[in-house]
Amino acid sequence: MKLIKTLALGAGLAGLLMSAAYAEGLQGKVIGFSQIGSESGWRAAETSVTKAEAEARGIDLKFADAQQKQENQIKAIRGFIAQGVDAILVAPVVATGWEEVLTEAKEANIPVVLLDRGIEGPEDLYLTSVASDQVKEGRVAGEWLVGAVGDKQCNVVELQGTVGSSPAINRKQGFEEALAGKANLAIIRSQTGDFTRSKGKEVMEGFLKAEGGGANICAVYAHNDDMAVGAIQAIKDAGLKPGTDILVVSIDAVPDIFAAMVAGEANATVELTPNMAGPAFDALQAYWDAGTEPAKFIITESKLYTPADDPQGEYDRRKGLGY
Amino acid sequence: MTRPTVDLRPTGQPPLPRPRPIATFFTRPQVIALAAVLLVNWALFPGFFTITWQDGRLFGSLIDVLNRGAPVAILAIGMTMVIATKGVDLSVGAVMAISGATAATLVTNGVPAPVAVLAALGTGVLCGLWNGILVTLLDIQPIIATLVLMVAGRGLAQLITEGTIVTFADPLLIFIGTGSFLGLPMPVVIALVLMILATLLVRRTALGLLIEAVGVNRSAARFAGLKANALLLIVYTFAGFCAAISGLIVAGDIRGADANNAGLWLELDAILAVVIGGTSLMGGRFSIPMAVLGAMIIQAMNTGILISGFSPEFNLVVKSAVIIVILVLQSPLSARLFRRLPGAQK
Repeated sequence: MKLIKTLALGAGLAGLLMSAAYAEGLQGKVIGFSQIGSESGWRAAETSVTKAEAEARGIDLKFADAQQKQENQIKAIRGFIAQGVDAILVAPVVATGWEEVLTEAKEANIPVVLLDRGIEGPEDLYLTSVASDQVKEGRVAGEWLVGAVGDKQCNVVELQGTVGSSPAINRKQGFEEALAGKANLAIIRSQTGDFTRSKGKEVMEGFLKAEGGGANICAVYAHNDDMAVGAIQAIKDAGLKPGTDILVVSIDAVPDIFAAMVAGEANATVELTPNMAGPAFDALQAYWDAGTEPAKFIITESKLYTPADDPQGEYDRRKGLGY
Repeated sequence: MTRPTVDLRPTGQPPLPRPRPIATFFTRPQVIALAAVLLVNWALFPGFFTITWQDGRLFGSLIDVLNRGAPVAILAIGMTMVIATKGVDLSVGAVMAISGATAATLVTNGVPAPVAVLAALGTGVLCGLWNGILVTLLDIQPIIATLVLMVAGRGLAQLITEGTIVTFADPLLIFIGTGSFLGLPMPVVIALVLMILATLLVRRTALGLLIEAVGVNRSAARFAGLKANALLLIVYTFAGFCAAISGLIVAGDIRGADANNAGLWLELDAILAVVIGGTSLMGGRFSIPMAVLGAMIIQAMNTGILISGFSPEFNLVVKSAVIIVILVLQSPLSARLFRRLPGAQK
């Protein structure tokens, strides 16, 4: 009995100590963050979420905006090294040319975590990388559609991202994987909408005209929400009901797609979370506290949102993030 | 302004364009090219020429071509005059983004829509004036002078929108982008009205001639007593004004101002439209209606590619191949070859 008590006490104490360690874990740590710039709403949201995550953990975040230039990022990283920060987060603007500056960080014993994008080069130059699995995003979207249509015959039109960009290639591949072997689902048209609303609308207009005014189309799959928002407007202009006559599924989970869901005009979106920094901070903490070497590639969750997931609440939550 | 009595152009230039009979209109390479592109579209998609009446407006692929081509057509109207003065305006795409961003940000902050529209047009005029000042007072080459605003302008637009897509539900702005008048989409109506007004302005007054004079030889025009700098200022300001209109249309169309993408690379489409329209980049003779026709050729191609079902990797290849064919047909070499063909002589 006494033994059990002692054990329980010990476990409790250990628990207390651990939670204290958690609270203190990153308290007062100085972490540099080299952000690409403000190329998109998602990027802005990533920046504001990173700042919020750092603040919640008591981290002193040094933020550097590279304005889409690698030379600025390299300068910022050198600056962080000179300041002697505890860790560096980088969202690399390009994949190549990082060996030298990351070697400098390594020699200074500063762990580097890559956010959102990978780099080419030796893997020992960085502690870990946090990114989404774009193929999985496409697969989740496709699986939702497969489940939603059941055995019904369904012709899908696809709005691709910018030709040759990795999200476009991977999200297309993932979606096709989910649809493989389903005889009732067919992608009848696929064109690029350049990830923009206006091109998404224009391409969807063309699809609607070419497919009997939309009568042959049962669903539209857009590689990002912005194109879906454009497509929704095109569907409405053609006198059809988006979300009902034509199902709308897309990727990213930006606020405006939740607004469309509230209006019943969008059916599903897969989240590309702007919270890449949260897992990065967790990995750093585990690394510092327990010496745990994190996995080289941390994959963020690709969460599916449908109108059943409180779209109004999601809209309100995201609206202030800078999307 | 009085019409100068002396022809300022160097000798050897072809005579000024005069109103032509309808028959010669249909033998122009631009008209033939447009007809050819439309026919190919029709072959790829039999319903291409079908136009129906739906929700109080015309509805069909041909209407889409007009509607989607309107922003570039409007840019081309302003660009034609700039190119006629031997200049070029690379900033129009960025000015579109600024204009849309201004209007959207103002209406979302509770400013009445007409004021927001005027403010957007005003920023376009200011941007054009800025280009004009760089080109005239500072005498910077147009391609460099307007490059400044092309790069900085998109940043300005991003500053205005704070990097987000500013969405709005204002009926006036949405009407400009997606409304209809007499069954025609609003952008088409705006482009038509602007084209007719601009053409009348330059052809029923001496303005067109003066612009051509400046384009052919700016110094000679100045020595002949023309206020070349004032003309250039007007022309660049007008191009900015046209870009602001396009920006309003593009923003109204998607009910939001997308500072990153609105008007992106459209300056190149506008220049291409002007060149397809037969206006030389060396300045001088120009035609606004032909530039608008050029914009329609480009859009007919874009729409054709969308409905053809080709995979998107072919988009740019197909587009450039068609453009090369059109430009080769227009070249002096092929004009000479055509003349040598038996039966081609008048």
